[in-house]
Amino acid sequence: MPADGTSAAWLFVAPALVLIGVFFFLPVAAALVLSLTDFDIYAVASTSNTRFVGLRNYAQLLHTPLFWSSLRNTFYFAIVGGPLTIGVSLGAALLLNAKVVRWKSVFRTIYFTPFVTTLVAVAIVWRYLYHTRYGLLNYALDAVGIAPIDWLGDPRWAMPAIIVMAVWKNFGYNMLIFIAGLQSIPEELYDAANVDGAGPWRTFISVTLPMLGPTLLFVGVITMIGYFQLFAEPYVMTQGGPLRSTTSVVLLMYEEGFRWWRMGYAASIAFVLFVVILIATLIQIRIQRGRE
Amino acid sequence: MTLGTGNREPGTGAESSEQRAASSLRSPFPVPGSRFAGTALLYITLILGAAISLFPLFWMVSASLMPTGEASTYPPRVLPSRVTFEHYGALFTRLNLGRYLLNSAVIALTVTIASLAVNSMAGYAFAKLRFRGRDRLFRLLGAGLVLPTQVAMLPLFLLMKQLGLINSYWGVIIPGLSSIFGIFLIRQYAQSIPDDMLDAARIDGASELRIYRSVVLPGIVPILATLAIWTFLATWNDFMWPLIVLSDESHYTLPVALANLVGEHVQDTELMMASSVLTIFPVLLVFLFLQRYYIQGVMAGSVKG
Repeated sequence: MPADGTSAAWLFVAPALVLIGVFFFLPVAAALVLSLTDFDIYAVASTSNTRFVGLRNYAQLLHTPLFWSSLRNTFYFAIVGGPLTIGVSLGAALLLNAKVVRWKSVFRTIYFTPFVTTLVAVAIVWRYLYHTRYGLLNYALDAVGIAPIDWLGDPRWAMPAIIVMAVWKNFGYNMLIFIAGLQSIPEELYDAANVDGAGPWRTFISVTLPMLGPTLLFVGVITMIGYFQLFAEPYVMTQGGPLRSTTSVVLLMYEEGFRWWRMGYAASIAFVLFVVILIATLIQIRIQRGRE
Repeated sequence: MTLGTGNREPGTGAESSEQRAASSLRSPFPVPGSRFAGTALLYITLILGAAISLFPLFWMVSASLMPTGEASTYPPRVLPSRVTFEHYGALFTRLNLGRYLLNSAVIALTVTIASLAVNSMAGYAFAKLRFRGRDRLFRLLGAGLVLPTQVAMLPLFLLMKQLGLINSYWGVIIPGLSSIFGIFLIRQYAQSIPDDMLDAARIDGASELRIYRSVVLPGIVPILATLAIWTFLATWNDFMWPLIVLSDESHYTLPVALANLVGEHVQDTELMMASSVLTIFPVLLVFLFLQRYYIQGVMAGSVKG
């Protein structure tokens, strides 16, 4: 390696590192400091109005029912919506991986299409599909004898409605990753299972699923990280209602930080979110390791 | 480095139909009963899935072409009684959506082009150039992938305010210029460039910048295409940060404008559907024309990474 290789290398990585450092890592570190202050609307005007308050914001969070319900709503969305999305993705991938199927790439493209669409726009579309009186969903359900449901106006149904939309929007991405995972499973393993007289279900449990292990972990982690960051769906479809039943942690952070400018308090919410995501990621990795 | 998609599809290879039929028995998908009934069931499920995937988008287009009020009738209509383009006209005359379309296009294109340069340089250096602390730096970047971006948003807003970039294109563009994911994607691909090729160019006296431009970049075109499409779609569709940093209407991107419009115009279903079509149409077009690169990139980038 020539002597100038090193300096050239630094020139190559410098723009990216400076940008990521200044506009991502630095703000993350600053958020931790911010969460220990009472930074509010007066401080936005002049930072001299800020005081260090230690862990007071976190203590306040623990005594705020709205924070706990936002945490509960977010967990509801991630724990029900995440596995549901992954299940649908895996099902679609298995169907598309079946050898008898033709026009695979056509189906694959169709299934992937919702994923590339603009979330805000399709959330609005679903808002109309969910309309109690004029929505096509209730009309279709009526045909099979199910009484109209006030999807986005009933606290019991608003989160399931958002979950259904999220599954529709996101399953195509995981599906692609599962297809790639399925294609990397050696054919000989299926031949061996076949020789042993294993049926399709047995083959799925003892060959396909274990071989998909790393893919499942990857898909599980990215889906969960994404789902804990729930924001645009409730913002557009329900504004966090009805009765706060769809207010997520990030929506609460947005409202506290950018509507009421209680930025210190909002930063503590953001950090709780980070810790939750970190713990959930570690649990998934632990479960996966335990299986191996 | 070829990205052909066709060779894995059944029927395009040299497989005989007997071989295909035999291998269907080993399919991990449970095919119940007779093979014919199983195949029929498979197709019914696939077609049903396709219908569910496309129906909301189909209805969006259909409702955007309905005369005013027709999307709010009982029983609900699937198709317009007569096709009208009046709502699309209204988007550009009454609602100023042309402006937001332009904002979205300027931001998404700038971010895509600039981030391609920044990320490809860094990704290549992490893959092929040796410097002190390289691996430690790379691990640090990797750790950054677990940090939710929302954590950075509050201080980032204050930083942007200090820099006077609130309510400007730059406020959205600058944080998007470099992405850890992009660097990872490029690095992984650039590792396949043979060292001999780079060394040969060095012996010929080429500068490092020249090597990057005339050896590295041409060698990583497929992954550049993947990253370009990925970045364009992600930037176009992005909502939360533009919502925060663009407070004045004149700078709104389409998603921000749309979220704002639905508050005022929620009763105007047909108009809102036309706005949604306008927002989704460009990304759908990019996806449909370049999906080969995009889909291959998703499949390759994630599994090996």
